[in-house]
Amino acid sequence: MAEKPIITVKNLVKNYGDFNAVKGISFEVYEGEIFGLLGPNGAGKTTTLEIIETLRDKTSGEITVDGFNIETDANDIKQVIGVQLQSAGYYPNLNLSELIKLFCGLYGINKSPMEMLEKVALTDKAKAKYKDLSGGQKQRFSIATTLINNPRIIFLDEPTTGLDPQARRNLWDLIREIRDAGTTVVITTHYMDEAEELCDRVAFVDGGHIIGIDTPNHFIDELVASGFERKKQVKLANLEDVFINMTGKEWREG
Amino acid sequence: MKKYSNFNATLAIARASFRSIIRSPSAVVFSLAFPLIFIVVFANIGGSGVTVDVGVAKTTDTLSPVYLALKGAKVVHLITDQSADEMAKSLAKGNIDAIIDVQKNNAMPPYTLHVQYTEASQQKGGILKSLLQSIFFQINSRGNTIPQPVAEIKETTVKGREYKYIDFILPGMLGFSLLSSGVFGTAFVFLSLRLTLVIKRFFATPVKKYSIVLGEALARLVFSLLGALFIIMVGHYAFGFTLIHGIVTVINMLVLAALGLIIFMGFGFAISGIAKNESAVPPISNIITMPQFLLSGTFFATTAFPNWLQAISKVLPLTYLNDAMRKVAFEGAGLNEVTHQLLILGVWFILIYAVAVKTFKWE
Ligand SMILES: Nc1ncnc2c1ncn2[C@@H]1O[C@H](COP(=O)(O)OP(=O)(O)OP(=O)(O)O)[C@@H](O)[C@H]1O
Ligand SMILES: [Mg+2]
Repeated sequence: MAEKPIITVKNLVKNYGDFNAVKGISFEVYEGEIFGLLGPNGAGKTTTLEIIETLRDKTSGEITVDGFNIETDANDIKQVIGVQLQSAGYYPNLNLSELIKLFCGLYGINKSPMEMLEKVALTDKAKAKYKDLSGGQKQRFSIATTLINNPRIIFLDEPTTGLDPQARRNLWDLIREIRDAGTTVVITTHYMDEAEELCDRVAFVDGGHIIGIDTPNHFIDELVASGFERKKQVKLANLEDVFINMTGKEWREG
Repeated sequence: MKKYSNFNATLAIARASFRSIIRSPSAVVFSLAFPLIFIVVFANIGGSGVTVDVGVAKTTDTLSPVYLALKGAKVVHLITDQSADEMAKSLAKGNIDAIIDVQKNNAMPPYTLHVQYTEASQQKGGILKSLLQSIFFQINSRGNTIPQPVAEIKETTVKGREYKYIDFILPGMLGFSLLSSGVFGTAFVFLSLRLTLVIKRFFATPVKKYSIVLGEALARLVFSLLGALFIIMVGHYAFGFTLIHGIVTVINMLVLAALGLIIFMGFGFAISGIAKNESAVPPISNIITMPQFLLSGTFFATTAFPNWLQAISKVLPLTYLNDAMRKVAFEGAGLNEVTHQLLILGVWFILIYAVAVKTFKWE
């Protein structure tokens, strides 16, 4: 894959009052990859994403998204990105297809709600309210709203938190499809198996600093080469494999 | 790529908001059910009483036998504390049923009774008429020694329309409906859109802030005006609410309703910024709506209040909205004839939006 940066972050700093949440981080996201931001709670992942998404002001630093400057071209950036917030609600009292229509209006784009819902396998829920969806369905719906404007990049902030193993795998498939269709994906997660499985490259963020960027495989190889060994010998399967094996592969919501 | 249209985005929000409003029970209850219930209840209470209200002209000879006989009659309620001007207005509206003036003559017969009836209250005028006839029959046949009659009657009837209680209560109910929808509705919607991060998600799209405000306002305006139209129609066809110039009056009322709602929404915007969470909305909103609900002539004319209360009611925006509504609906005034009320509403508009702009929060 040609490594052409689509997002460039240089020396990003964010202070909340006296509190220094992001302390000068720099990284690039390449076009067409799934890029993972990993790190403990409070590391500054959401803050960083929301600054790139033009939803929060930065304290200092330089960011370009698909060639647009975050300071001067915020509106152009909004046109080419899709955003799933870590915690967002949807307009009350509307069903899914009405919500999609609303977003079509907000993006100034004509799409049929069914077409969008089909992408995330929610056509049978078209008349349901968002609040009546299961956790996994909610996440899939959120992703559908990020795809309405045919974005070049989508940002997913912990899309799989709280989902069961099948729903998680189902979402991975969806995210891979989105990437394979040419959309760059920036994702945060607390599940390392997920990052290992899904992400082309990951960055570790801790205490407002980036402490490493590379492919998951490279990180693992590096660690192994340094002489690291798991304390307990890994069995050939783990409990998640048992779960999947016992409950079946197909995910079951709806 | 097609050029981005703020207009379409605004309409998309308005459409979504309108759907949401008509699906939320509280909006429908406050804007339609409550006002209609009040109208039904009060329209039925309002028409009671079998007394005939008779204004007494200042020039009346209160010692004359005619006056004394009327004073003794149970069904007659004599009103002596109104000025000639007030009485004439009340008569035209049917708030009083007749005006009498008893004058002593130097010639025969010694007394003349001038009675003014009103078309606005023909039934009660009729009661008074037959009452007067029997009084005169008694007085004139009492002294057998006097061959000539003691008094004569001169009658006239003024033109007027009956001012029914519905004519008073309906504009008040409209005002109440607009006030609660504007203040509570707007405050709740913007606070909850902010707290549930719906607005934040909107900001990730190219939509402009003004589109969000405008779209929401548009939806509420359409909803409230449809509600107002419904209330007016029910009032007119079911309870005989007076619409002097018909459709023109309705349109004027809707224009006033729109202006009122826009002002009340300003309170809602301000409250949504001040309130920290949803449970803080009702108390703050009540501080705004309750005094207006009680003191702006929703149920009773403000003239019934003591002076210090009247002074308060003379400041409140709803007082002027109600006032203008009643003038337009009952007296058939055009909007150019309620400029005084509109001017004061305009001052409120500037004041409240100056506050709202300061307190309103997006996140
Ligand atoms: N609006 C805010 N005001 C003040 N401090 C904030 C604000 N938002 C975030 N912070 C602080 O900034 C730091 C980084 O927060 P952030 O939400 O970016 O973390 P995160 O990496 O996304 O964490 P998590 O994994 O829990 O989602 C935290 O210490 C948080 O308390
Ligand atoms: Mg976060």
